[in-house]
Amino acid sequence: MSAIVSEFEYFKPKTLSVVFELMTKLQDYVFLAGGTDLICHLKEDIVRPTNIIDIKEIDELKKINLTDDYLTLGSLVTFSQIIEHESLKTCFPLLVEASMTVASGAVRNRATMVGNICSAVPCLDSGAPLMVYEAEVVVKSSKAERIVPIHEWFLGPRKTALQKGEIVVALRMKNLSSKQGGVYVKLGRYTGEDLAQASVAVLKLTQNEYRVSFGSLSPTPLRAKKIEAHLKGKVLDNKLIEEVKALVEKEITPITDIRATKEYRLHMAKVMMERALKASTERLEGLGPKLGTALI
Amino acid sequence: MKKKEITITLNGENRTFEFEPNLTLADALRDRVGLKSLKCGCERGDCGSCTIFFDGRSVKSCLILAVEADGHEVTTLEGLMIKGKLTPIQKSTLKHNAFQCGFCAPGMIIAATELIRKNPNPHKEEVCEAIAGNLCRCTGYSPIVDAILDYKNFEGKE
Repeated sequence: MSAIVSEFEYFKPKTLSVVFELMTKLQDYVFLAGGTDLICHLKEDIVRPTNIIDIKEIDELKKINLTDDYLTLGSLVTFSQIIEHESLKTCFPLLVEASMTVASGAVRNRATMVGNICSAVPCLDSGAPLMVYEAEVVVKSSKAERIVPIHEWFLGPRKTALQKGEIVVALRMKNLSSKQGGVYVKLGRYTGEDLAQASVAVLKLTQNEYRVSFGSLSPTPLRAKKIEAHLKGKVLDNKLIEEVKALVEKEITPITDIRATKEYRLHMAKVMMERALKASTERLEGLGPKLGTALI
Repeated sequence: MKKKEITITLNGENRTFEFEPNLTLADALRDRVGLKSLKCGCERGDCGSCTIFFDGRSVKSCLILAVEADGHEVTTLEGLMIKGKLTPIQKSTLKHNAFQCGFCAPGMIIAATELIRKNPNPHKEEVCEAIAGNLCRCTGYSPIVDAILDYKNFEGKE
């Protein structure tokens, strides 16, 4: 596997309106943003487009826009941009912490968060944090714009709610200006660059409100509503942690694959859950481990 | 397949090429332009031996189409050396005998250079994180990490 076998035409439009013209005219196309997934798929010959539409010259898709009410991440925003954005560390710490665990620096410099949710592999790092922030996917076609809530976005492994003739222009989520303690715990086979065997995202808000999501432990990222309901309003103690660990089994459906067995994933999900709950409680108080500290 | 004309600022020089759209930047730089510092290892973004600078940021050139570089600035290890002189990091890796076969060296040096541009005084964990996407199969990484941590001792020295 080295050279790309399939032959295609390459387009690099500068505006979204030209993108829509191309989409209508070409019919068979794929979008290219960071390319860290697509170029691999081209080399493996599992994607054979006749046309590639590179969207990287479209300025309106490059922006991070943070207001008191909303965060908007354009579809060209890379993981490195998210990590380097100073205000996101306090307003959206989970997004930053999850971005820090994606592959390696040279991949994060190209790979985009929107590309990550469009590839929609079960081990994606963006899924769980976007679930706890209740993000919305902003999707455009030549005729209309529609909003897809993130919990309706993932339909299965590599399957999303994006329809033909549509393009994702941004991710949008409410700025929870309140105090928060966010933790993303990712289990890999070794420290450094690896895909997740399991991941847990916990966001703790004031008045003991918790939001919990899992990645790599079900076909799509999962919001753990049973666990959230059980935790709601309760002060975290050892008894509560044990109860939540028992509930983990009822939420997730891990599988055995090349990276881990389902028994190992289930066991580790409980350990990670405990550490994430403790660390999010500490971070809510402004204490706890520094953002990006590996908790497992 | 129809070739596409592109212009890149390559190691500081404006260059124009014609490439097929399905040629990767790594293959274009090595096989068409003749810049052999970058290496093609895994070809899927895992090993880091093809790492170069693209608009000043480290990237894996095996995951980029050559045509994507049109209008951009590309710097390989060859372009880091001013008038053929080794950079402090390169000198330090020599002194520490950091590499054996050398296959990973160009990518490691690009990754380390990006780190010290952002963070001139990195500690060990930061160095390890910066080179996490670069595999070395010879050394066990210790001498590479030592060399990067020690680069300041080679600044301004001939």
